[in-house]
Amino acid sequence: MTLTMPTADPAVLARRSEIVAALRTIVPGEGVIEHPDGLKPYETDGLTAYRQPPMVAVLPETTAQVAAVIRWCWDNDVRIVPRGAGTSLSGGALPLEDGVLLGLSKLNRILEVDYVDRVVVAQPGVTNLAITRAVEADGFYYAPDPSSQIACTIGGNVAENAGGVHCLKYGLTTNNVLGVEFVTAAGDVLRLGGRGLEPPGFDLLGLVVGSEGLLGIVTEVTVRILPKPESVRALLIGFASVEDAGRCVAAIIAAGIIPAGMEMMDRPAVQAAEAFVHAGYPLDVEALLIVELDGPATECTFLVDRVEEIARANGAASVRASTSDQERNLFWAGRKAAFPAAGRLSPDYYCMDGTIPRRRLPDVLGRIRALSDSYGLGVINVFHAGDGNLHPLILYDANQPGQLEQAESFGADILKICVEVGGVLTGEHGVGVEKRDLMPVMFSAADLDQQKRLKCAFDPKLLLNPGKMIPELHRCAELGRMHVHGNELPFPDLPRF
Amino acid sequence: MAESLRPDTTQQLCDAIAAAAAGQTKLRLRAGGSKDAIGSPTPGVPVLDMRGFHGVVDYDPAELVLTVKFGTPLAEVEALLANEAQMLAFDPFDHGRLLGGSRGAATIGGVVAAGVSGPQRLSCGAARDHLLGFEAVSGGGEAFKAGSRVVKNVTGFDLSKVVAGSWGRLIALTQLTLRVVPRPPSRVTLVRRGLDPDAAVAAMARALGSPAGVAAAAHLPAWQGSPATLFRLDGFPESVTARADTLGKVIGAGPLDSLRDDAGDALWDDIRDAVLLPLDRPLWRIVVAPGKATAVVAALDAVDWMFDWGGGLVWAVTAAGADAVRAAADAAGGHATLVRADAETRTAIPAFHPPLPGVADLEASVRRAFDPAGVFDNGRF
Repeated sequence: MTLTMPTADPAVLARRSEIVAALRTIVPGEGVIEHPDGLKPYETDGLTAYRQPPMVAVLPETTAQVAAVIRWCWDNDVRIVPRGAGTSLSGGALPLEDGVLLGLSKLNRILEVDYVDRVVVAQPGVTNLAITRAVEADGFYYAPDPSSQIACTIGGNVAENAGGVHCLKYGLTTNNVLGVEFVTAAGDVLRLGGRGLEPPGFDLLGLVVGSEGLLGIVTEVTVRILPKPESVRALLIGFASVEDAGRCVAAIIAAGIIPAGMEMMDRPAVQAAEAFVHAGYPLDVEALLIVELDGPATECTFLVDRVEEIARANGAASVRASTSDQERNLFWAGRKAAFPAAGRLSPDYYCMDGTIPRRRLPDVLGRIRALSDSYGLGVINVFHAGDGNLHPLILYDANQPGQLEQAESFGADILKICVEVGGVLTGEHGVGVEKRDLMPVMFSAADLDQQKRLKCAFDPKLLLNPGKMIPELHRCAELGRMHVHGNELPFPDLPRF
Repeated sequence: MAESLRPDTTQQLCDAIAAAAAGQTKLRLRAGGSKDAIGSPTPGVPVLDMRGFHGVVDYDPAELVLTVKFGTPLAEVEALLANEAQMLAFDPFDHGRLLGGSRGAATIGGVVAAGVSGPQRLSCGAARDHLLGFEAVSGGGEAFKAGSRVVKNVTGFDLSKVVAGSWGRLIALTQLTLRVVPRPPSRVTLVRRGLDPDAAVAAMARALGSPAGVAAAAHLPAWQGSPATLFRLDGFPESVTARADTLGKVIGAGPLDSLRDDAGDALWDDIRDAVLLPLDRPLWRIVVAPGKATAVVAALDAVDWMFDWGGGLVWAVTAAGADAVRAAADAAGGHATLVRADAETRTAIPAFHPPLPGVADLEASVRRAFDPAGVFDNGRF
């Protein structure tokens, strides 16, 4: 593990029993965990390559307790790492040796459902899927659907700006959150946004969503819910080449169709998924596309026909349109099982998450395959093709010396390619610890300084989730004065009117 | 009028802002000036004219992405997109008519910086939801970028959100990358006559909670002589017909009247530009939870009003004082912006709803993070 985390403060470690006692005065009973056995479940998240038990874990049950814990930590200069369900794939919830792990799983109630305003108000520990479950009988759902939705929490979704297969049409978390109750680094409780479509003043809510726990802790979330579409259908389209599949994706968009979901799998992913779940995927294709369309039945029928035409015009080797929900779910079963299917091919796999402009798909896939050959590590590719979000799964064996490092290096190379072709380091998994040190690949020093200044505006003591997202920030004072150049010129040389 | 600086390059812009920061002076960002009459007048504050940043940098219809310089006229951008059967989903508009003049001055940068979104915002999101990335110069005179050119991106803090709608109070944007969407091939506007305000909000809530896929929903208490609740549907013609049928069943009480094409488009333009309301009193834009819309207008004296966004946006022309308007918005959990008034009123009354105390402190910190010397804190807001 080459990752460098903020150095543990010996003075804080020496005060451990005092810190535990203070937290116990705020959160009584079993809500404070200090025994190593009890801390074990918190030592890692969905990025299991990194492990570090926290100094202590605290599981508050109310906003007041959350605020009191944070205020105490602020007053005593103790670092905090927030955690929802711990499903982060970027190490966003990786603890610190000298940090308090602030678990929000006990704040797990849905507080209100309102069908006039079409909102659900939920505590942060409510799972993503539980929101849909609470409203589906009345014909509604919550749109963002990360693949971990059965486990991941809405608070974690807000922190990571979680996506899912349907965000091409319905947006990410940030497009579906209307308001939050928010505890600042100093322990003050604020409301950002509300139930209206626009927050007053500066859109601080928009900054907080996706801030990976670096700006504050969310203790309540108001999300927009949508009416369930009348019908949903999917097409399963096989192609003899990745280029054909890429052209088909572009042609669907060019026809003015925004599918609810558009997923692509490459040949190794198709083979692995089919062997695992027997979804009936064609095995003689280089690329397989799942296109999901939703809306009134008339619209779905119309669009299914249109997409089929477009697919055939772009050289599709096979096209199947679902005629029942059962069949549609079978189409998805293979895609959804891609990760466990990878787990059958290899003892370990490492899931990447870059985004590229759609048209670069064939080119980037070719380069990933070339890297696979040169590293000697297998890779299977699944994409959210509609929005260019790649999830290459790098296959490796952690028990073979050096393979984890090779896999990480391979992953970093893929992300550098994503940036090089005009894309980004992460489409939905977050920067966390995983991509922190790659940030300079995408951003200049000036770009990163602006991000750091923002962090310092919210958390001047750098106590909230330090070591995540932002490379090399040791103290806010280090940022110093903003670079001002040209101040020898009382008035610059400009056209004047 | 105060001095005006017109940089043509990012370096010139950096120099101008750095000089202001070093000299402890203020700047007011301006492009087309279509919204000059919003906020307090700022005589004596030099204007930083952003029209030197003009033109399309990159437009790739297949990627649904447009990169454009700040001062490019909105009309030019819309024409470019229309040529490819695409559009900006957040329904931006020129404030010319709303402020008593004519259209044509608004720029793409201006509408994004002011977070200007029309009726379709209800279903398609606001400017903040479609700004994927930008290039800018901070209040310290430093050029930087944020975001990206792809739709799905969570790399770093999402600065686009706080910059859209910041009204030039944080940074000087120079270049924007926006998501664009296909233009729906057909549109129809359906009308239900005679509903009182509560019944109208309830009907709009039912419609928006149905699978009819309503793109916009508004209520006019007196349109051509009687209350009119309006629904806009768009999409493929086959789909629009099916949706209209669904909507009729959801609203009930017989078939809905329908306005086709031009008549419907013109009406939505009038709603968006708020020109259906009288000009004789201050105009307020009040954002609330839809369920509280009727309570807001009931609390105001001498008010003419209409609802957009299914009740989530109340446009009110009222003789009621600013305190009364803001109290009504507060009681509804919303906020009120003074959009149109004479210069004297705008000098006395801040355009924006005052933030809550704790939030005000955080806003101040965020402003300093972008603009440490307060170059853009020029007294307009």
